[in-house]
Formats: sequence, structure tokens, C-alpha cells
Amino acid sequence: MTRIVVVGASAAGLAAAETLRREGYTGTLTLVGEEPRPPYDRPPLSKQVLAAEWEPDRVALRTPADLSGLDLDLRLGVAATALDLATQEVWLSDGAQVSYDRLVIATGVRPRRLPGEGAHVLRTLDDALTLRERLGPGRKLVVVGAGFLGAEAAAVAWRLGAEVTLLEPAPVPLAHAVGERVGQVLAQAHVDHGVKLRTGVSVTEVTDEGVRLGTGEEIEADEVLVAIGSLPNTEWLADSGLSVGDGVVCDEYCEAAKNVYAAGDVARWYNPLFETSMRIEHRTNAAEQGMAAARNLLNSEARKAFSPVPYFWSDQYDMKIQAYGYLRGHDEVAVVDGDLGERRFVAAYRTGDRLTGALAVGMPPKAIRVWRQAIVAGASWQEVVHGATTV
Amino acid sequence: MKVELDEPKCVASGQCVVAAPDVFDQRDDDGVAILLEDQPGAELLDDVREAVAVCPAAAIRLVEQ
Repeated sequence: MTRIVVVGASAAGLAAAETLRREGYTGTLTLVGEEPRPPYDRPPLSKQVLAAEWEPDRVALRTPADLSGLDLDLRLGVAATALDLATQEVWLSDGAQVSYDRLVIATGVRPRRLPGEGAHVLRTLDDALTLRERLGPGRKLVVVGAGFLGAEAAAVAWRLGAEVTLLEPAPVPLAHAVGERVGQVLAQAHVDHGVKLRTGVSVTEVTDEGVRLGTGEEIEADEVLVAIGSLPNTEWLADSGLSVGDGVVCDEYCEAAKNVYAAGDVARWYNPLFETSMRIEHRTNAAEQGMAAARNLLNSEARKAFSPVPYFWSDQYDMKIQAYGYLRGHDEVAVVDGDLGERRFVAAYRTGDRLTGALAVGMPPKAIRVWRQAIVAGASWQEVVHGATTV
Repeated sequence: MKVELDEPKCVASGQCVVAAPDVFDQRDDDGVAILLEDQPGAELLDDVREAVAVCPAAAIRLVEQ
């Protein structure tokens, strides 16, 4: 094995490249990134960067010295356009063709958009810097989508003095992820801070004046941020023969095809711990899966199933939200510590007869680590949740 | 080796404690990481590298001397 290509130069791709070197791979290592910048971190974009608390260079994931220490064939500002599994070649947007012995796909996701021009999205550093220029006291911002990204941006814009309206198509924001009651509690934080929250509204397009709703109503805005989820960047794989369906489909080893692995936001893999296939857009998963894919790629005789407990956090107003596990599709939610109304609590999530997730708001972060342990251990709901109130 | 922690960057995820419990802990109140040992022995090198890699805030650096 003398040539490994990693497509995607963000958290997952970088983690894969670093792991390959750390595990002793000394051959050619090509890292392809569509953005012209060296790898940078995305979670601060909707937090410290948008709030202008950090200068852009603070989000760099590695120092130039650390990067050059990896001895990469680094190709930035170049996208992959096609993959040929038979000849083991990747085509690039600058016309180059790169052949590989092993390939890691870490091309991430891009924001979904609405019809109409002029709206912001928040995925890249430039997106964040452009939006932060336009926020300030009295500026009217409409945020479409009250998921974690939209909620964080709304909270930052509110802190900067903007008049914020948050529009959400679902009746309760985040209900599909965290449950109805917890979703209501998190949504109430917006209302308490004076952010206008409207739920159950569909937004059909961005207009010159703001946005238009399904009812025909128009809402005026100086700026519109669309935060309605993401789409995996898999178009370049369309004719490759790889199985693609809401992400690159992988087995439990993150292998998508012979000699081809995937990691990060773009990868849909089978997680044996939860006995289900999942695609996770969390920062921690990008790094962990990049590492796991790289290790399996190098040690094909001793591969290990990638079976993490997903983790994410979100900062909104004075709330720190942290969650472990796989909350989607849960059957029951119970408050096991604290109080929902005070926005200081731990909620446990049941799927089948197992504890599959835990979410904490305003609790000491150490307090939730014990729940992570229980999820890792595959604890039964009966075992760990006694007498807690279902919500 | 020397471990450096950029404390203001820390997001209190505790991933470093999971990866390298002999080197990191978390403050009780806000969960910000604490360096228990900024010059850990070579036997902890793999753990620390894992912590650097999984830190979701890129707040840990390892300087190998």
C-alpha cells in the first residue's frame, strides 16, 4: 500500500489523515479539500465566531507546523468530481486524476436551502463572517429552522441586540430528536429572552423583503438565515457504484466497498451498540469515525466495529445542553435529575427496553458522564431508571 | 512529552477524560478540563494522542520532545 487518498479536509478527513500517520503509514497521503482554507473547526461558527468573540484564525484545527508534519499531498480548493472503483481513481475539479490503494470519503454535508436569493446559510467560516457583519442592535433577523444550529444562531443574534424571529415548521422544535416535552422546554428559552418563536409555519421562499410563508404571509427581515438541515455531499459518487442513500452506506467497520471507507457527516454506517444504521452530524463523531476508519483501513486483518456512543453539545443563551447516545426514535423520556421548569435537568431516553440516551441541561457536565457509562454498558431501562417521571 | 490545554477553548465535553483518565479531569462546576499531569510518562502517550484527536474543541496540543 503506497497511496492513500482522503477526500474531505475537515474534522473527519483530518482525523483520518493524522491517524494513518500515527499508526505508521509512510506512503503518499493525499488530502483533498473543497474549501481553500486549511482544516478548521465548525462548532464555534454559530457560537464564538458569530458573536465576534473569536477572530477567524482561532478556529484552525492544527497549526501550520502540525499540518506540515503530516507530510501531506494537500490539495485545497479542489473538489472531487467522480470516483471509479474499478480503476481506483478519483477525479478532481482541477482536472487531475489521483489513483489510490485505499480511499477515505469524508466529504461532509452542505446546508439545505430555500427557493429565492439572498439568504444566509451557516456552514463555512465565510458564511459565519458574512452573517456576523450584518448582525447588530435593531437589525431584523429571521431564522428559518429551530434546530440546534438555528437556535444557537438565534441566541447569539439576540445577544448582539438583533430583533430575532425564529420560524419552525414542526409544532415543537427538536421534538423528533429530544422529545416533545424537552423540545418545549428548550423552545421556551427563546420566548423568555424575547425572541419571537413561531412554530408550525412552513416557509416557502426567500424574498427581497424577507420570507414568504405557505399561507402567503410575508415576514420582513433585514437578514434571513436558513438552518433547515443538511444534505450529504454524495453527488460525486452517483455513477461510482457505491451504495448511497442519505449518506455513503457502510458496514460496521466504516467500509463502503473494497478499499473504500467513509467517515463523518457523510457516512451512514451500522452501529452495533445501538443495533441500527445511523448517520451522525456531530463534531465528536467526525473525529472518532475518521480515526476508526483509518485504523480499519490499515489493519484489515484486525478490524474493529465502530460502535461509539454519539455525543453532542449546544450552547444557547445561558444554557449548556449535552447529550450522549442515540435519541432518535426513542419510545420514552423520563426526567431522572433536576427540574424541567428550571431548565436544569437530566432526561433519560428509552428505546425498546434499553437506555439509549441521556440529555442534560444546565447540569455539571461530570454528572452526565455516568449516563454515558450506562449507555456503553447497554444498561436496561429497568436497571437504571427507577421511579423517574415520564414526560 | 508536554501537554498543552487551551482552557478558554474547552467545551466541557469530557472526551479527554474518557480517552486519558490519568491525564485529564473536569472541574466539578462547569466541566472545563483540568490537566492532572502536563508532562505524562511515555506509557500514556497513546491515551494523550487519542485525547488530542477526539477533543471536539481542538483545545489540546501535544508537544513531543
